[in-house]
Amino acid sequence: MASITLENVGKVYPGGTRAIGDVNIDIADGEFIVLVGPSGCGKSTLLRMVAGLESITDGTVRIADRVVNEIEPADRDIAMVFQNYALYPHMSVRQNLEYGLKNRGTKRDEIDRRVAEAAGILQLEPYLDRKPRALSGGQRQRVAMGRAIVREPAAFLFDEPLSNLDAKLRVAMRLEIKELQKRLRTTSLYVTHDQLEAMTLADRLVVLNMGKVEQIGTPLEVYRRPASAFVAGFIGSPAMNLIPARAVPHLPGSAHAGLLGIRPEDMDITADGPIVLRINAVEELGAQRLVHGLVGGEAFTVTAPSDADLGEVLRLSVPTQALHRFDAESGKRLD
Amino acid sequence: MIENRPGLNLLAHLVLILGVAIVAMPVWIAFVASTHTATDFSSGTIPMWPGPHLIENYSRMLDSGLSTSGTPPVGMMMLNSLVMALMIAIGKIIISVLSAFAIVYFRFPLRNLAFWCIFITLMLPVEVRIVPTFQVVAGLGLLNSYAGLSIPLIASATATFLFRQVFLTIPDELTEAARIDGAGPMKFFRDILLPLSRTNIAALFVILFIYGWNQYLWPLLVTTDSSYYTIVAGIKRMADAVDGLPQWHLVMATAVMAMLPPVAVVIAMQKLFVKGLVETEK
Repeated sequence: MASITLENVGKVYPGGTRAIGDVNIDIADGEFIVLVGPSGCGKSTLLRMVAGLESITDGTVRIADRVVNEIEPADRDIAMVFQNYALYPHMSVRQNLEYGLKNRGTKRDEIDRRVAEAAGILQLEPYLDRKPRALSGGQRQRVAMGRAIVREPAAFLFDEPLSNLDAKLRVAMRLEIKELQKRLRTTSLYVTHDQLEAMTLADRLVVLNMGKVEQIGTPLEVYRRPASAFVAGFIGSPAMNLIPARAVPHLPGSAHAGLLGIRPEDMDITADGPIVLRINAVEELGAQRLVHGLVGGEAFTVTAPSDADLGEVLRLSVPTQALHRFDAESGKRLD
Repeated sequence: MIENRPGLNLLAHLVLILGVAIVAMPVWIAFVASTHTATDFSSGTIPMWPGPHLIENYSRMLDSGLSTSGTPPVGMMMLNSLVMALMIAIGKIIISVLSAFAIVYFRFPLRNLAFWCIFITLMLPVEVRIVPTFQVVAGLGLLNSYAGLSIPLIASATATFLFRQVFLTIPDELTEAARIDGAGPMKFFRDILLPLSRTNIAALFVILFIYGWNQYLWPLLVTTDSSYYTIVAGIKRMADAVDGLPQWHLVMATAVMAMLPPVAVVIAMQKLFVKGLVETEK
């Protein structure tokens, strides 16, 4: 149980490339923070800097109010779950769980107690004597989490732990991780490129782009009031429409903004709506359809009732509160 | 390629049988020769089937050896060969696995230079550096000793490279997981790297044991005391008959016995050997 503080954290590689620039995040005790961003945005690097697997070139990282910049990963009191699980292939599940504890000189009966407890929580009891290769992907993932749990660390670090699983299992494990974290109340830092995973898991989201923090907030805050055009386009599925304001001069507020953002689900089809959309592609979702077209030369998507069809022309109106206005140059939110 | 043509199958088998025959024939002749008397073999016609003197020839070599050529009993030479081959194989494995560990996992100054130095030794096998090596070994007073027989042959670039490749296939995450789990470098080496390279070590052991066992030139040079003769060098000494015909039947009996330990090692470690050479997934 501990807080984690990142203060002006940055990373410059020896070649001079800047991977992370000036990141400030305060993570409260027991909070579940998700770092999300497109690939190459530096989210994994940032996590690995907290873990101690990458050096920190600027700023300070504190775990439980202790500066850990120069402290070995093993002594930072953290546990990490890797994308490819990183289980020791020659050890049984039990040995995998015990290894970190043994290295720390934990007493035998304490090790047994913790392993039994973790195996119980993760339903791993039947597999304790198996080798990792004899387990399915989901079970391996559980073992990897078990290895973190038995350590009873100050914080869990997850590095895209679900990306090697198939879609159905991913959703199930996502729920499990969430419940587990709620139960153990261990501070967690979780990296993913999947915005849906980020939304469902996070107490607070940190959206990263090109090594910089774009926005920090609860999933709803980030969804409702994206701080920049990048966040607006990244969070939410289907993605928010971003069009130049001059393309729709009749919309309120468009005069002062460079970019307008409208979520596909926030529009109404009305007879005299200011936006005109000719449908040139349709995606069937069952209950409704996603229809695509061009507005002001930019791709534009709307959720429409299931009778909207190819070639049809829709007129759309937008409630004022559903309009997001961004600066054309910086991409920053204007209100 | 999968083709089902009987003619092609027949041809393939003929080629294989011919190949086997070419390899096996000398071994068979050696065995046949070791079961006859000296005169049978040097009479001009070589017998093709085993004679009645098998036990006599073999027990003579095991008991007393060929005293005229100054070689000790075969058992003694076999023991010397075994000690030498084991020292070379185990020594090579220990040294190369440690140097590969250093090269792959540590960032130290002049690491590249060290790597290239090891690489360059590939160009310097024993035969090339035999005179200076002999001088060094003689200077250290290691002639006629097990250390002198094995130490100059222990350094191995090939094995170092093999382990380097093995270590490079081990995912980085495993190293990082071990770091977070609090395993220091040597603990990581012992608990993770060694068990994961187990099959490769076994495969290398087979190859190196046979390499060590078959050493000929170096043992011939550094042993003058007959109690340190190795079996392969010993056979050569037996065949050097100065004042008479070589005792071929006894030489062949020795040769057949010299073949047995490598064969035993290969058979015993066959499974691990194949696994170590083909297995890539870690």
